[in-house]
Amino acid sequence: MKLNNLTIKQAKIGLKKKDFSSSELTKACFDQIKKLEGKLNAFVTITEKEALEQARKADKIISSGQDLPLLGIPLAIKDNFSTEGIKTTASSKVLETYVPPYDATVVKKLKEAGMVLLGKTNMDAWAHGSSTETSDFGPTRNPWNINHLPGGSSGGSAAAVAADDVIAAIGSETAGSIRQPASWCGVVGLKPTYGRVSRYGVIAMGSSLDSPGPITKTVEDSALILEVLAGKDEKDATNSPLPVGNYSQKLNKNMKELKIGISKEYFINGIDKEVEGEIERAIKELEKFGAKIEHIKLFDPKYAIDVYTIIQRSEVSSNLARYDGIRYGSARQNFGEEAKRRIMFGTYALSSGYYDQYYNKAQQVRTVIIDDFNKAFEKVDVIIAPTSPSLALPVGATKDVSMFGEIADVLVEPSSIAGLAGINIPVGFSKSGLPIGMQIIGPQFSEELVLSVAYEYEKLTQSKEWRKLKPNL
Amino acid sequence: MKIDVKHVAKLANLSLSSKEEKKFEKQLEETLEYIEGLNEVKTRNVEPTSQITGLENITREDTAKPSLSQNDALSNAKSTYNGFFKIKAILGE
Repeated sequence: MKLNNLTIKQAKIGLKKKDFSSSELTKACFDQIKKLEGKLNAFVTITEKEALEQARKADKIISSGQDLPLLGIPLAIKDNFSTEGIKTTASSKVLETYVPPYDATVVKKLKEAGMVLLGKTNMDAWAHGSSTETSDFGPTRNPWNINHLPGGSSGGSAAAVAADDVIAAIGSETAGSIRQPASWCGVVGLKPTYGRVSRYGVIAMGSSLDSPGPITKTVEDSALILEVLAGKDEKDATNSPLPVGNYSQKLNKNMKELKIGISKEYFINGIDKEVEGEIERAIKELEKFGAKIEHIKLFDPKYAIDVYTIIQRSEVSSNLARYDGIRYGSARQNFGEEAKRRIMFGTYALSSGYYDQYYNKAQQVRTVIIDDFNKAFEKVDVIIAPTSPSLALPVGATKDVSMFGEIADVLVEPSSIAGLAGINIPVGFSKSGLPIGMQIIGPQFSEELVLSVAYEYEKLTQSKEWRKLKPNL
Repeated sequence: MKIDVKHVAKLANLSLSSKEEKKFEKQLEETLEYIEGLNEVKTRNVEPTSQITGLENITREDTAKPSLSQNDALSNAKSTYNGFFKIKAILGE
């Protein structure tokens, strides 16, 4: 067994039993990163020296008998999380040399939990996209086929986990940016409820939507990381005061008590036939395991594209207004094309005379979408749907498509707009060898439920042949 | 719908090339057309939602706490003077 292939749970057991050290585990990850980085470009910054130092420290703490939730576990973090003393670019030239003087709350919590930080992962510049192709530092490639995209915007994190560069990674989602790349790369991606995980120190995109979360090899690992990340942070006023669950201890769920909602509206026109087929098969499996399937009618997700485009671009234009090249970063002409396009649209939508027509209208339809989900959750516990209507698209697919991200994420936008909890889990592969993902959506703050349904599916399909597949790199 | 791209660029503090102006004008108009579908959704008497989990009036004690040092706060600035950010003059003589 190669150490870098391990999950968090497996690595924790091995470290505790002293089968290997955190230093050995960390070195195994760097060996893999060095072998693959030329092909994948999953990282913006690799922090080998610091990581090996952190691993040595972790090994000392381990030998003293102390335990921490992520002690000695090598992780990567998306490059829009501020890291004290480590360059943080959001994959934009504007921040090419920016070194934050403080840590994002997520980073602070991961450090306190004992992680080893391997580096900062590539993303769509400013998280504007669903491909990682709009990175100013070149696209990340999909480990399952390097002629294809990893999805985005957390594409570097998803690719690094799929390629076993890392034990797990952190991403952030505004609408789709964790679940969609997790789907295209065949890994587990959890988008927590808005406000469950602090946004403090995350380079803001759409402030009413942004949700940091884990990208992992298993559902158990996702629960372990969420336990570390979730919780009240007085530095983020939108952060929820609700208590945090023992997610990793409550993963078992009696499937016979579960009502799953399926909506025809989420099997949209033009959906990839293999994606549709695999999701339908996965739903049948869940039914076989005892879950009750109910057909419900959800509000057409196509309207979520409109709502999301308006809200997100408006908030983008406001959030990116702070980049003036004076306090940090470089001048505004260094924004890439996608950022400029979104700033321009958002500025227009918020400009005098248009507020009611666009932003306010979108916020009203947001209420309609929330009410629609609330009604659905009176009838069912969770909703299941494809995460992405397509398989990972070829490199170059986003060129000159002015709403690529917003349209590609149609199936994850409604739940993001409503601030719900959602998770992508892999359910199989296409004939061409690309991963297919399914999303499980629950009400706000239903992380425990969503994780447990995902966990049961993972457990009950553990012996499937496709689970043994690894990217051939 | 015609967009005055030059005016919007000015509001957004972006200097665009004439090529960019043309491209964005076309793309922004396409996007406006795309999102017109939203008008099919009836929203009379529907309250807009801005804070999704319903939090209200989140306050904290107004107490001084350690924060960034002046040096740290200035550490990424291209131009400083005597412990301040240095910027170009905004007002003329």
